[in-house]
Order: sequence, then structure tokens, then C-alpha cells
Amino acid sequence: MGEYDAVIGLEVHAQLITETKAFCTCPNRYGAPPNTLVCPVCLGMPGILPVLNRAMLEQAMKLAFAVGATIHPRSKFDRKNYFYPDLPKGYQISQYDEPFSTGGSIELQVDGHRKLIRIRRIHLEEDAGKSMHQPDGSTLVDMNRCGVPLVEVVSEPDMSSPAEARAYLNEIRRLVRWLSVCDGNMEEGSLRCDANVSVHRKESEEFGIATEVKNMNSIRGVERALAYEIERQIGVLENGGTITRQTLLWDEAAEIARPMRRKESSDDYRYFPEPDLVEVVVTPEWIEQISRGMMELPPARRRRFCQEYGLSEATAEILAGERGVADYFEALAKESGNAKSAANWVQGEVLRILKERNCEIASFPVSVSDLASLMKEVEAERLSLGGAKRVLDRMVETGQSPESIIEQEGFAQTSDAQEIEKVVREILARFPNEVVKYKSGKKNLFGFFVGETMKATKGQANPKVASEILQKLLS
Amino acid sequence: MTLKIPPHSHLKNHPEELPSAVEGCLKAIEEAKPLNAFVHVLADRARHKAVEVAQAAGRGEELPLRGMILAVKDNIAIEGTSLSCASRILKDFKSLFTATAVARLEKAGAIVIGKTNLDEFAMGSSCENSIFGPTHHPLDWERVPGGSSGGSAVAVAAGLVHEALGSDTGGSVRQPAAFCGVVGLKPTYGRVSRYGLVAFGSSLDQIAPFATNCQDAFAVLCIMGGKDARDSTSAAYPMSYPTDGLKPLGQKLRIGLPKEYLEEGLQAEIGEVVHQVAGRLEKAGHELVEVSLPHSKLAVAVYYVLATAEASSNLARYDGARYGFRERSAENLRELYEDSRAGGFGREVRRRIVLGTYVLSAGYYDAYYKKAQRVRRLVLGDFLDAFGRVDVILAPTTPTTAFKIGERIDDPLAMYLSDVYTTPANLAGIPAVSVPAGKDSKGLPIGVQIMGPHFSDELILQVGCEIERLHGRI
Repeated sequence: MGEYDAVIGLEVHAQLITETKAFCTCPNRYGAPPNTLVCPVCLGMPGILPVLNRAMLEQAMKLAFAVGATIHPRSKFDRKNYFYPDLPKGYQISQYDEPFSTGGSIELQVDGHRKLIRIRRIHLEEDAGKSMHQPDGSTLVDMNRCGVPLVEVVSEPDMSSPAEARAYLNEIRRLVRWLSVCDGNMEEGSLRCDANVSVHRKESEEFGIATEVKNMNSIRGVERALAYEIERQIGVLENGGTITRQTLLWDEAAEIARPMRRKESSDDYRYFPEPDLVEVVVTPEWIEQISRGMMELPPARRRRFCQEYGLSEATAEILAGERGVADYFEALAKESGNAKSAANWVQGEVLRILKERNCEIASFPVSVSDLASLMKEVEAERLSLGGAKRVLDRMVETGQSPESIIEQEGFAQTSDAQEIEKVVREILARFPNEVVKYKSGKKNLFGFFVGETMKATKGQANPKVASEILQKLLS
Repeated sequence: MTLKIPPHSHLKNHPEELPSAVEGCLKAIEEAKPLNAFVHVLADRARHKAVEVAQAAGRGEELPLRGMILAVKDNIAIEGTSLSCASRILKDFKSLFTATAVARLEKAGAIVIGKTNLDEFAMGSSCENSIFGPTHHPLDWERVPGGSSGGSAVAVAAGLVHEALGSDTGGSVRQPAAFCGVVGLKPTYGRVSRYGLVAFGSSLDQIAPFATNCQDAFAVLCIMGGKDARDSTSAAYPMSYPTDGLKPLGQKLRIGLPKEYLEEGLQAEIGEVVHQVAGRLEKAGHELVEVSLPHSKLAVAVYYVLATAEASSNLARYDGARYGFRERSAENLRELYEDSRAGGFGREVRRRIVLGTYVLSAGYYDAYYKKAQRVRRLVLGDFLDAFGRVDVILAPTTPTTAFKIGERIDDPLAMYLSDVYTTPANLAGIPAVSVPAGKDSKGLPIGVQIMGPHFSDELILQVGCEIERLHGRI
């Protein structure tokens, strides 16, 4: 960015996890066949009225707590009026000048430094339907999404780079998932993000004119779109041009942001108080009840992991990245009695398997107690670490206990020196050149011999015993 | 006014006569077709219900409104039937569900015979702004029955039904009730669920009954009123219909006469009737007190800002995209919206949408909408002050008696002023009832209005009964 500073603010929309929609009793569920989760209310038929789903408030309250926002005892809904085929009432029920909560912040870690991003407000609203533009120019509309409860989290323009925006979004995503407030799925659109971005010369006090970037469908997309737009704005200014206020749509495939066609008429949404809903009242008792039920939040849990289990900050950060993973780790640490080793197993193997299989910790097939018994096998030196990892893979594949896999598939570690020595001799005979090299000083070949020995024994040889024998035979 | 069907009290006790009463009613409606009160007659549905209600009676079920034949304004939803709102844009639209108020009345044994004419989307005071053409005053066919609920008023006034439902946003039930010589009650805002009433001015709308007397209006109010989980603005006010109906007024009241409602602009004969009624009440032992409602003179102006603002948003859903009238020649989305709405809405509706859009626009919001909200609170404040001193307020319902068809159709301001005495109650959310109290020199009915504090619906109806008693039947 050279001589320029960027100023970025994000508006994040999160679909709330609730049984039913915001203002009717239709199920709030993703992925049903189009236009099957609808009723006269969410279709905006003549004569309908909205009725607020209290679960929506509870979810919003949790998020507001988690970011340290002030929840207002009274707020109100407003109508945001505009015409679009996926907006069946011709207005969206939202909150305008009296939002649900204001204030709060999110702490980021970017390139080793901490940064606090302030949150301006969190407000409640309903989602619109989904327009699907077809190649032939027609548009199909799915109303299942109409009336899905949303919170909009508006940040202050406190971010100064695409990396910070990415970190902020990551943190919000992590938080809403942690709280089970939103599933955070950007591809499915349950978490969406619009950005306001401007640039100004470093020496200037005054912010530049901001543009709005929309249609970013992944966290990486946000980062790339912002980088693109910052670059573009700097280019315009460098060439003596001026930035105009506009909305751009990020084209992920082409990796460019295109100006949105000018909206019908203008951006005048003619907000006014929604007369069909009464004031949103959040009593101190209710706030108290929710706050008592609040779970430990990621920063607190990270700190506790460091203190209680002696984990490094980096490890704590990874393990407390997701509530399910953190819970799994803690249960494993308790069950196995070895927190360090439990941390290694979860961080290394469990997260690797989840990633490979593209699944959530909730559907990880190996129970804490099975993984703990596997760890015990390693500790008792009945199983090598490598062998244990392969046993775990088999456990995941078959759903069987470690004992039965070890028994059936012969993973048990052998410390039988005679047997191992027989294998080692074979290895040394197979690699005469390497033996010569080793003896002439290439000591780092030692690991190679250990590896070959383990390979030949399918990981069953006790690596300690194998090393001792190698030392003896190579000297 | 003569009832063209057996009285409800008779049918209630002779449910076996219901099927033939429904046939008689259908015949009467057919004969009265030139009045243009009904826009959709639900003959088969009513026949079916009549048999159902009669059978329920045979099983010994006691239904409080058994055999009551009801007409419903065509902006109130009944599943599977027309909900035209007298608009081209919803001309062939059928509702997917039934309004809570109607469902409750039917459950209590009422039989809906048909849907009645109205000013398009309840916007008007004459029942002329309808795609079905004007409804005629039953006593003078050249005159309007008032509006917007003109069809329902005429259905009751012509004796075609026992009672009828309308909707009152700024006087749309009380004004036609006064014009046609029947009782029209606008309940306290929130007393009756609005679920299934096509919204016009959501913060003002109430479903409201027409009846030939206050006792009957009370019965309908009790059955259809009360909290509804589908309407957050409905009030949790206990409503159970006392088997002996509305009790006679037990106490002597302080009755307020608002001086601002009895000054210039009021047809002299109407002023005289109000004073006559006041005199009779005084003679009966009630105390008359002059009160002042100084902000009521701003009510029409405030009303036309707030109601149109809400309407501009409420009517946005009629865009030709999903249901209702669609301009087929449109070539793109914008044209679809513009042409469908321009072709689907009548002139008065378009005028109000434009007005409402304007007052909500950036830069004008504070000057119009916000200011109007403030004045609305002042109008309410006047009433609260007055009700600190008096129990109820007696006032004219309308500034004139029924005017001629076509007389005001090109003069919206004159038309809007028909609501000068009725809009304050809507703005304040208080209940108000218009009861017939006399006639002018042309023989046209005159109504007087009784307004009371929030949730005093029963009390104002008791006062209405008292006026009926003192006056005798008109």
C-alpha cells in the first residue's frame, strides 16, 4: 500500500440457529427443496402479521454478551422499504435507529500483534429470499430463506488491512460457532460479509471516500476483494482521479470487483417504525438468566488452557479454536491424565483426520475414552507412536476399539531384542552403500536406518530398542 | 329499515330453520343487487355452514352466535374465497387463510353469507373507489352510503344480514354507519386481532362491527375480540361473552361535549341532534361537561400523513411479481413493477401511495412523519386529559349526512374532511361507537359518536344502549 493507509469496516450478517423463522412458525433450516419451508406470513400474503420469535433475541443476546456489547432494555423494529422479487412484503423488518445492542469489541491477533476492533452495533433483522439468476437471463426465487432470523454485526472502521479483515471475520465466525448462534457457513450464506473500504495518504488525517464491496462468499474472498479494491482506489488516486461512492460486487472467479448497476431509484429505504410489532423489551432478569447460562468464551478458555494444562499460547489458540474441539481435548486430558500428550493427539491427529474427512468434531467417530486407551498403549510402550497413529486411522475407518484393532491387525509393539536385531541385520545388508557412508561420517543417515527398520516391522518395533541395536551394530 | 330475514334471536332458538333462512337471505341479496353491497356471495359455503350449525345444535352444542348471518368486508380474509379489496390488483386473488376475527365468529355459530364492497384497500369515505362500481345508499340511491366499509353498512341497513364486519382506520365503519342509520363500533386498538385484515394503516386499523343495535355489536365484539397469538398488537384483555349480554348502564356518568367538534363546518341539523341527545342524557340524570380537544382539528392532517406512510409500505407487496394483477407487456423488472402497480391500483390508492412515499423520504421524514407522530401524541394527550374529567365523550360522527354519488370524488380534500370527527379516535387508539340518533330534513340518518378511554368498549356501548332507549327506535 506504500504511502497509503486503508480503512476498513465490516458488516457481518449471521443467520441465527433457531427452530423456527424470525416472525412465523416455519422451520429455519437450510437445504430443503425450494419454496417448501414457507407459509402465508413469510410469503407476505395480504393480511398477515409478524410475531417475534423470542429464541432470536436469546441468540442475539449471547453474541452481544460475548463481544461485551451493551444490550438495550428496549429496542424497536423498523421497516426497510425496497422492491425486489425475493422480498415478498416489499420491505424488510430490520432495526434502524434503536438497535438491539451497541458497543463491544473483538480482539485480533495479526502478525504477532494484538488489535482491538470495536463493534458499533448489533441489530436484528429478517433475511430475504434467494434469487438465483439463470444463464438464460431469467431469475428463480427461493422463499425458504424469507424470514430467517439474522443479526447484523457492524464494526467500526478499525481495520487497516485485508489481513486484519480476514482475522476479524475468522474471529467472528469462530465466536458464533462457539456460541452455537450461527453455523458460520459462508458458502451456504449463513455468514455473509459486506465491506466498506477507503484509502488515504499516510500523512493525511482525513479518511478517503469509501466504497462498499459485496458478494464475497468466503473469508479468503473477503481478503482478496479488499486487496483488489484498495489497489484500485490507490491506482485511481495516483492517476489524479477521485473515488466515487459506489457499491461493487466481487466476482470470485474473475477476481475483480465490478460496480453494481445503479440501483432502482436510490438508496432511500424510507425506514419507519414497524407498526405490526411491539417494542423489543429485554428485562434485567432475562439478561441475568442468559448471562448465567453463558459458557466460557474462547479468550478465557485459551488463558485457562495455558495456565491449567501448561500449553503454549499457539497450542491453546488452536485447541480453543472451536468449542467442540476444546471440549474434546479437555475430556481427553482428564481421561488420559496427560494433558500435553492429549494436546498433541488432538492438535496433530484428530484435527488432521477431521480435515481429511471434511467433518466436524461432533461427528468424529472415536470416543474420548477409546483415544485415551490408545494413548495408554503408547505410554506403556506396547505400541509405537507411529503404530498408534495407524491404529487411530483404523479406529476411524472401522469404528472399533483400539484393543480389538491391535489384536486383530497385529499392531502391538515388540521390544523383543532378538527379533528386532534380525530385522536390523537384514536392513544393513540391504543398504551396504549407506552403511559405508554412515561409517565414513554421514551420521544423519541414522534416522534413515531407524525408519527402514520401522517400515520393515510395520511400525511394531519399539523404536528405542531398535535404536540401541542399530547403535551397537553400526559402531 | 326492515329485516329481510328472520331475526337472529329467532334463528338461535330455531336452528332447524337456518338452511331456509340462508336461502331467504341469498334471495334478498339477489333482489338488492342494484345496491351493489355485495361483491362476492358465498352461497355454497353459507349453505354448508348452515347445515353444520344446525347439526351442532342438534347435538346440543350451545353456540352464542348460532345462526347469526354475517357479511364481511372484502378486505378481511376467508380461506379459499375472494379477497379483492375492491382493487384490480387483487381482483381474482383468493386468500390462503381465514382472519382470526372471522374464524372466532364462525366457531361461535355465525354464518358468513358474502363479501361486501368497499373503497379500494379501504381508502375512501364514499364506497365509490371500487373496481366493482359504487355502492348505493339504501334510502336514496343517488347518494353514497359512506365508506370505506359502505357495502357492509348497506348490508345491515337494508336488512340483508344481521350484522357485518368492516374495518375502521379513520372512520371507515362509523361514518357509513352514521350515513346509513346503523350502529358502527370501532373497538379499542388491539382489542380485535388484525390477523387477516389487509393492512392499510397498521397502527390505526381495527376490524369493526356493524349492527342494528349496540347489544348485537357487543356480542360480536366479545366473540371476535381478545388476544391472538398471531397479532402482537392484540391486547390480552379478557373477553368472554356474558350470557345475559350487555348490562344496562348502572351508574350516572359525566359526559363530555367537546366544543371543537360542535363549531363551524358541522351541518346544523347534526349539531342539533347531538344537543338533543345530550339533553336527553342529562334529563336521565347524567352530567354534561364541556371539554376541549384542541388538537383534534389537526387529526385529519396527521392521519393523512401517518396512514398514507404506513399504506405506502403495506401496499408495496402488490407488485405483479408473485400474485394478483400483472402487466404482461412489461419487458423488465422495473417495468413490471411500474406497469403492474400503475394498472392495478386506482387513482385514490395511487395518490395515497405517492403521498406516503413522499412523507417517508429522506429529507422529509422529520418534517412530516416524525412531526405527525408528535401531534398524534398531542391528540391522545387531549383525550387523556378529558377522560380525567369525564367518563365518555359525546360528539357528532360526521360533519354532514350522506352526500351524492360523484359529489366529492374529484375533490379529495372535501372527501378527507368527511373523517374530521372520526380520525381522532383512531389516532388515540380509543374505542368509539356511532349510533343512529335522528334524521335531517331530507330524511337521511344522523349518527352521534360516543368515545371512551382505552378498553371502555363495553361502557360506550352501554351509553349507546341508553341513547337507543331514550330515543326509541329510529
